[in-house]
Amino acid sequence: MTMRDNEETLPNPVRAAFDRPSTEDGVIVNIGPSHPATHGTLQIIAELSGEKVVRADVHCGYLHRGFEKECEAHTWHTLIPFVDRLNYCSALINNFAYCDAVETLMGVEITPRTRYLRTLLSEYSRIADHMTCIAASVMELGAMTAFLYLMTIRDWIYEHLADLTGARVTYSYGRIGGLAHDLPEGWLERLGEILDQYEEYVGRIHGLMDRNRIFIDRTRDVGVISTDQAVHWGFTGPILRSTGAARDLRRDTPYLAYSELDFDVPVGINGDNYDRYYVRMREMDESVHMIRQLMQMLPEGPINVDDRRCTFPEKQRVYTEIESLINHFKLVIDGPQVPAGEVYRAHEAANGELGFYLVSDGTGTPHRVHVRAPSFVHMGGLHKLLEGYQLADVVSTFGTINMIGGECDR
Amino acid sequence: MPDDLLERLRSRLADEGREATFAHGLLAVQIPREALLDTVKLLKDGFGFDLFLDVTAVDWPGRDPRFDVVYHLYSTRDHVRVRLKTAVSGTDPVVDTLVPLFGAAAYMERECHDMLGIRFRGNDDLRPILLYEGFEGHPLRKDYPKGREQPLVRYRE
Repeated sequence: MTMRDNEETLPNPVRAAFDRPSTEDGVIVNIGPSHPATHGTLQIIAELSGEKVVRADVHCGYLHRGFEKECEAHTWHTLIPFVDRLNYCSALINNFAYCDAVETLMGVEITPRTRYLRTLLSEYSRIADHMTCIAASVMELGAMTAFLYLMTIRDWIYEHLADLTGARVTYSYGRIGGLAHDLPEGWLERLGEILDQYEEYVGRIHGLMDRNRIFIDRTRDVGVISTDQAVHWGFTGPILRSTGAARDLRRDTPYLAYSELDFDVPVGINGDNYDRYYVRMREMDESVHMIRQLMQMLPEGPINVDDRRCTFPEKQRVYTEIESLINHFKLVIDGPQVPAGEVYRAHEAANGELGFYLVSDGTGTPHRVHVRAPSFVHMGGLHKLLEGYQLADVVSTFGTINMIGGECDR
Repeated sequence: MPDDLLERLRSRLADEGREATFAHGLLAVQIPREALLDTVKLLKDGFGFDLFLDVTAVDWPGRDPRFDVVYHLYSTRDHVRVRLKTAVSGTDPVVDTLVPLFGAAAYMERECHDMLGIRFRGNDDLRPILLYEGFEGHPLRKDYPKGREQPLVRYRE
């Protein structure tokens, strides 16, 4: 029995931009927020003329959980787990982008081993993220085999990362000034095996999808956007690159160890769904190429900086020295003291530019944390990709945008 | 090359009450709110800052003016970022909209209005985006209590 009074009608949480069709034969339909193809929760209110989408009004926010407000009540350290839950397909990139922003504000320089490890793990996460995106989008077009192949590899990656961090999806592995701990025994050997397997499986995906008539008909010249329009609407990442613009923060404003790596920035031609699929496939290959270089380059050494402002003292010393005990206590209770100021640091996340804008008032708690989430910005321009195409194309276009509810709605 | 550009930009912008400084890898410019539209036009047309990254605001309770509205722009040609910051008072938190210049601003201005109650003059589509119709208050203001609840559906008894 429901407790809600039957007489009471719920107010609509959403006000559509238009409530009547612009032409006589137009129909307004509502897609989502709970729809299998909206992975996560997104609502599209569309005006149709026959099967064609004339106008689209995109609503997000169904997964809003007050991330930025919550951060203001935590120390700089204890909000790291929240950061994981932004883009939960590649949580490590979020971790490292956030830590990088705080470290910039504190003036901390991370150790060489951590720098290479973060780069390696960012690329590894990028593979997992692109795989999720491609798997979901091709599955929605009916490619069940390709989906299962991709999920097989992704699951090996998840289990491999669980071996490293203790969690399958939300790792909380980054720390301000370093990482939670070093690599376990034999981790790199297993990494090499997975990369070899990856090549075999992705070869099969290419064989299944690239020249597949059904796939091409559903994706070629669908959801097209030009470079100028993409920049105008703030698109970054694979969507911008699929239009032919080689814009990649890893190349343009190198951070971590990217300036020392050899890699290409794959671009598309048309900016349609097929190009977005192919750019992601090629980017995964580049990531594998980078990881193999990083495995050779990875130096020995400490992973945490020797800086008492952010790194916890060794447990043995906490138990035996009063200074270390106080240090530990202050770091847990008050949090790392970040100098007053503001910083904007952006990393090339799997979906585009992931920026952290942090404002500190000089205490252990942030005054303001703002995330420039690529998915949110992409939702602002999504209607441009939907209007003028068929209703059925909404699914395939939305799949290749790779909207992640966690970072879109925060 | 980017250093040269930033230096030119700094000297070009350092007038009319605008202040430009380098901070953590980008050029931070403090501008009066009347100069916002002109400054952004100058950056976009004259210096190639074509990618609108972000708009947000920071609440400083007890300070007058109370809010900082913060913009980040990026040049896809020169790979540099610039931050524009303008202060608005708590009683009249209004700035000009940038939607005519950047489509991307539309969604982000809606979010900023949602979360902090900054109004954007000229943007007539400030419907809630992350929140819902009928939500009262602006949650990212410091005087909005974190634990306050406004459920759409009443809790079960």
